[in-house]
Amino acid sequence: MTTPSTPVTAASTSGFITVQSLTKKFGPNTALDYVSLSLSKGETMAIIGPSAAGKSVLLKCIVGLHGADSGKIMLGGDDVSQVSSPARKHWAERIGMLFQQNALFDSMKVWENICFRQIERGTMTRKEAKDHAVGLLGHVGLSEDSAFLSPGDLSGGMQKRVGIARAISTDPEILLLDNPTAGLDPVLSNHIELMISKIATQHGTTVITITNDMQIARTRYANLVMMHAGKVYWSGPTNDIDDAHNEHLTQMLNGSSKGPITMRMGKRGDHMVA
Amino acid sequence: MSKTQNAPGGVRSKTVVDYLNDENVRAILYQIIAIGLVILAGWYLVSNTLVNLERQNISTGYGFLDLEASFEISESMVQYSAQSSYATALLVGLLNTVKVSLLGIILCTIIGTIFGIARLSSNWIVRKLATVYVEIFRNIPVLLQLFFWYAVIPNAFPHPRDAFEPLPGVLLTSRGMYMPVPVADNAYTLMGIAAIIAFVAIFLIKKWAKKRQDETGQPFPVFLVGTGIFIGLVFIAYLIGGAPTDMDIPELKGFNIRGGTNVSPEFLAVLIGLTVYTSTYVAEVVRSGIQAVPHGQWEAADSLGIKRSVALRKVILPQSMRVAIPPLTNQYLNLTKNSSLAVAVGYPDLVSVSNTTMNQTGQAIEAISIFMSIYLGLSLLTSLFMNWFNKKMALVER
Repeated sequence: MTTPSTPVTAASTSGFITVQSLTKKFGPNTALDYVSLSLSKGETMAIIGPSAAGKSVLLKCIVGLHGADSGKIMLGGDDVSQVSSPARKHWAERIGMLFQQNALFDSMKVWENICFRQIERGTMTRKEAKDHAVGLLGHVGLSEDSAFLSPGDLSGGMQKRVGIARAISTDPEILLLDNPTAGLDPVLSNHIELMISKIATQHGTTVITITNDMQIARTRYANLVMMHAGKVYWSGPTNDIDDAHNEHLTQMLNGSSKGPITMRMGKRGDHMVA
Repeated sequence: MSKTQNAPGGVRSKTVVDYLNDENVRAILYQIIAIGLVILAGWYLVSNTLVNLERQNISTGYGFLDLEASFEISESMVQYSAQSSYATALLVGLLNTVKVSLLGIILCTIIGTIFGIARLSSNWIVRKLATVYVEIFRNIPVLLQLFFWYAVIPNAFPHPRDAFEPLPGVLLTSRGMYMPVPVADNAYTLMGIAAIIAFVAIFLIKKWAKKRQDETGQPFPVFLVGTGIFIGLVFIAYLIGGAPTDMDIPELKGFNIRGGTNVSPEFLAVLIGLTVYTSTYVAEVVRSGIQAVPHGQWEAADSLGIKRSVALRKVILPQSMRVAIPPLTNQYLNLTKNSSLAVAVGYPDLVSVSNTTMNQTGQAIEAISIFMSIYLGLSLLTSLFMNWFNKKMALVER
């Protein structure tokens, strides 16, 4: 750890983002239990799993909000397992994150939100930042006018787009998206997923997305990690998932293999059709 | 009703009953009756009062204000003696009320903010101490707390003979606190002018720095430079004024302490009592304000690599202000109104002076009307200021 420049064995075995036997506890609760995953540069990965599976905690560990209790997080060969790891400083600018509740700052305008980092660091003048933000807003399908609104004045879908614009504002190498389509209707979800795919291919960004939608995970992402109760339950390329497997995973996602939730949802669906 | 009106060709002239059933007529009629009853009751009470006063040979009116008060007031911020008028006496009381309220508001905000943040500390001892402080002083009636401090101060400190001197020239005694004051000199006027010039300069620099940051993105250390300018200018003015060093230092002469300025035990009791009591409420307001900002805001700022102090200043505090200002206004109003309890420990505030005036002149209704209007005015002024402040803060974030 004292010599981060020396090649670490783990880096050779795997890709750009590597998580090794990561464990994280909050008091008596184990949020992450020996989680391991690996993703090559420019690849996309969906994390899927029921609530309290540890998906968000995993992303927060990667972005550097939590340190590992044990295990390792490697980004491009640098050890960033701890919040205070020396390599963290140099990675902060290269990761963009969208939070589940967007976490836009109500204390500032949309454009200031998008370029807060650049304004605070002094890497852009306020005028440059404004122009940059307006450009990014166009990128995520929002009008120039929305730049001068407060986040509270926007709809849920618009807030998500602003959140994504903020995440990509430094043209990061890694994009972490916590439920970018939660609470949105299918048409809008599709729009946003399409946009994410576009950003990923255009910029060669490595993307990890948390989602609850098996369909989206299978169609839009090359790799899939299935989590349950802090453990990785299944991981691999989405192409490897056959239909039988898919059904099993979907049932698992719905809480139990007996699938009481699936049945309930089916019934509610019937009512809605009738 | 509607049937008869809708009948073809049947436009029937309205009767009185129709009018009484009309919604609009009824609404107005009820209001007229209600206002009439209020006026009637008011007139009844006022006329009774006038008759009673006349029977007791008390003339009404505010003419008494010009008469000689012929009572002493122990502490005053303006020139006052027993020969002054009742109006001056009431002014002295008002100023004393404003003095203790204003100081109380400033101190309770500072102390309350510290304890409010301490209640959220990750340090167990700090957190528990803050909780104990808040729970104790919040749950004892403020009047009893005034009695407590008034009993403590004269007894906890020594007789002037062996005054406790924590700092050179500052004497703590059972008769209050004595502090040295500089002997009046032209240099101090000069320093005041210098301070005003410094403030204007700082304001201009701040504007220029903001403009420069907008254009070039380079921040400017406004606080450091501003502090430097302020201290420098005031110090130069002091030197130009001849650097006076004469101080009026309090000293024991005979049985009492002469010189300097005295802070009376009554004033201290009221100030400490009101400050401590209200600071517990301010602490709760501050705590809830900070907690009202979602934790995700900290995390988002953190993930952007923003320093915690910057996040607190630019993200968290502006949002908690929005939640905290209205309840904070309530606490300031409470403190100002609670200052009327000062009469209980003999601090010559507005109520205390009004009471004496009332007893001497018998003009109870007039005296009460004066101090009630003054308290109403003070509270409305506070509200106006806080509303303005609230709007300003709201503008920053919207």
